[in-house]
Amino acid sequence: MSHSSTPKLAVWKFASCDGCQLSLLDCEDELLAISEKLEIAHFLEASRLQIAGPYDLSLVEGSITTAQDLEKIQKIRQQSKYLVCIGACATSGGIQALRNFQDVKEFSSAVYAKPHYIETLKTSTSIASHVLVDFELQGCPINKKQLIEVILAFLQQRQPNIPSYSVCVECKQAGKVCVMVASGTPCLGPVTHAGCGAVCPAYHRGCYACYGPMESPNTQALSRRWQDLGASRKDLVRVFRTFNAYANDFHKISEFHEKKEK
Amino acid sequence: MKKKKNKKKVRTIQVDYLARVEGEATLYIQLEDEKIREVKLKIFEPPRFFEAFLRGRNFAEAPDITARICGICPVAYQMSSVHAMENAFGVQVEGALRDLRRLIYCGEWIESHSLHIYMLHAPDFLGYPDAVRMAKDHPEIVKRGLGLKKVGNEIISLLGGREIHPINVKVGGFYRTPTRKELQVLLPSLEKAREAALETLHWAAQFDFPDFEQDYEFVALSHTEEYPFNEGRIISNRGLDISVEEFEDYFQEQQVEYSNALHCLLRGKPYFVGPMARFNLNFEKFSPVVQQAANSIGLLPGLKNPFKSILVRSLEVLHACEEALRIVQNYQEASSATIKISASAGKGYACTEAPRGLLYHRYHINSQELIEEAKIVPPTSQNQKIIEDDLFKLLEHSLHLEEEKLQEYCEHAVRNYDPCISCATHFLKLQVERK
Repeated sequence: MSHSSTPKLAVWKFASCDGCQLSLLDCEDELLAISEKLEIAHFLEASRLQIAGPYDLSLVEGSITTAQDLEKIQKIRQQSKYLVCIGACATSGGIQALRNFQDVKEFSSAVYAKPHYIETLKTSTSIASHVLVDFELQGCPINKKQLIEVILAFLQQRQPNIPSYSVCVECKQAGKVCVMVASGTPCLGPVTHAGCGAVCPAYHRGCYACYGPMESPNTQALSRRWQDLGASRKDLVRVFRTFNAYANDFHKISEFHEKKEK
Repeated sequence: MKKKKNKKKVRTIQVDYLARVEGEATLYIQLEDEKIREVKLKIFEPPRFFEAFLRGRNFAEAPDITARICGICPVAYQMSSVHAMENAFGVQVEGALRDLRRLIYCGEWIESHSLHIYMLHAPDFLGYPDAVRMAKDHPEIVKRGLGLKKVGNEIISLLGGREIHPINVKVGGFYRTPTRKELQVLLPSLEKAREAALETLHWAAQFDFPDFEQDYEFVALSHTEEYPFNEGRIISNRGLDISVEEFEDYFQEQQVEYSNALHCLLRGKPYFVGPMARFNLNFEKFSPVVQQAANSIGLLPGLKNPFKSILVRSLEVLHACEEALRIVQNYQEASSATIKISASAGKGYACTEAPRGLLYHRYHINSQELIEEAKIVPPTSQNQKIIEDDLFKLLEHSLHLEEEKLQEYCEHAVRNYDPCISCATHFLKLQVERK
């Protein structure tokens, strides 16, 4: 048991690709400094040392897809003073939430010859659907600079400075030419949460909303713009059903288009 | 770790969570009268059903969707998927675009291998629980590893827009290609990285390697002129020589009750993919500088000790730095960021060399440009059976060890393969049952 006053950090994983916890190891210049300020008490991808809770800060990656994980997240919450969800899987159910729109048994048969060996829930859901969450950092993957900001804010006992406006604002701030206005490239930037630094427009590509919905997005207006540019209802169902398909605003608009299409 | 005993002298050792691997799995070992009965690598990473939800998606979405299978090697998934689509449409990306694809793959090999060498594998050899705690005694070494990893990430970010799930790769090429000037920025870091890679190789060569060898069938891509990345025939040291299209005629996936990942076998037998397989089958394709570096530490093809895979990874980092330097220095801007794609109904196949080994993708595309069927075979599901075999052999000579040591030894042996369990489905748990 540590008697020092260094706060204890735990990193947890549920159904995910590991990319968001890797973001912490990708802080090549800051990792060793962070480890001076926080004791890495539980981070299985990086360490075989497992120090018992309670933990001051828990970072949770991944979505809830099994009965065991339902129990595990409750225990993690009980042991964590401050719990932060990192990434689209934890904040919205991730790409594996595409199962929520279909029959999971049929999915299982498509991948596994003996689907009865596979234990899984019918849905993939966010962490906040099951426990109280102190902060959500969106993105598929998260931005490592924003992760450092969240950790610093925790250490300094303040709110993280993570803007909730759209990718459009970041795109303008970066002085990029609007791909939708200038070249008619369909872009989801107007409804997507900022944080990536408007990386797609910088590479001459429309935003595909991997950071999930911004606060109060106008998905109807953007859908009409996409339709003017030639997108069908089917296309619109698909573009809102990717990495944040089960986030409330994207879920609603994709169902709207699906009903209209039928 | 739990230990049980009963009248039949059953012994169970169980490690609930094996750390420093990418994903969630358990290792279960059952011993009866101190003889090994069963070794099972159980992957309990929750299934995510990628092959199922790829159906009905547009072909152009495959690189972005499949990248999300793995945050550690997203470029590998993007490379296999775009090459499979191009195969379906009968086109091939050449010249500068082909070179840029090799360059982004160099970035991923440098990033992923440096992560494994310094943060996941070296702590086993030096007796630390992790790299952060290793840094307390060896700060300069860990900083060198982080520095190397950073250079890999710099390449991916420059070409791909960001290091994890890059956004710039597409069927037919890229959304935007860099100017010559933009790419030249990488030269100073790559030159430093080449030095660091050489130092890494000599540093790792001093480790104490367990005396352990097995007679493996190694499988890797083989290209006529280059150390393989995106193209080639699938060959083995036992005479296999097939085209990528023939993959499923020779390799079969099997489902086992205890694992959420499928086991893949070659003609019904386990086989070995990854850096050691590439090294053993393609050594002569390395540049003279890389071959010389290997010779200087006595690392020669015919290598059968998986604990030495850390040396091969170090050598591949050196190769990737050299190759990246060559590409950046000779880069001539392409006239267009992408070649013309006329999507049509058909089947497409591709294998590329992910950091952890052969990654197979097959897609059926219909006349509406939608994916009808997808099949993905990641490297870790191919190595699963070999990992179990290694543990079986290893345990035969190690049962005298106390439980804690035995567990550490088993974990080390599993990490030899850098298993990426997120890919194969994901968390390792060691359970040994003794009868």
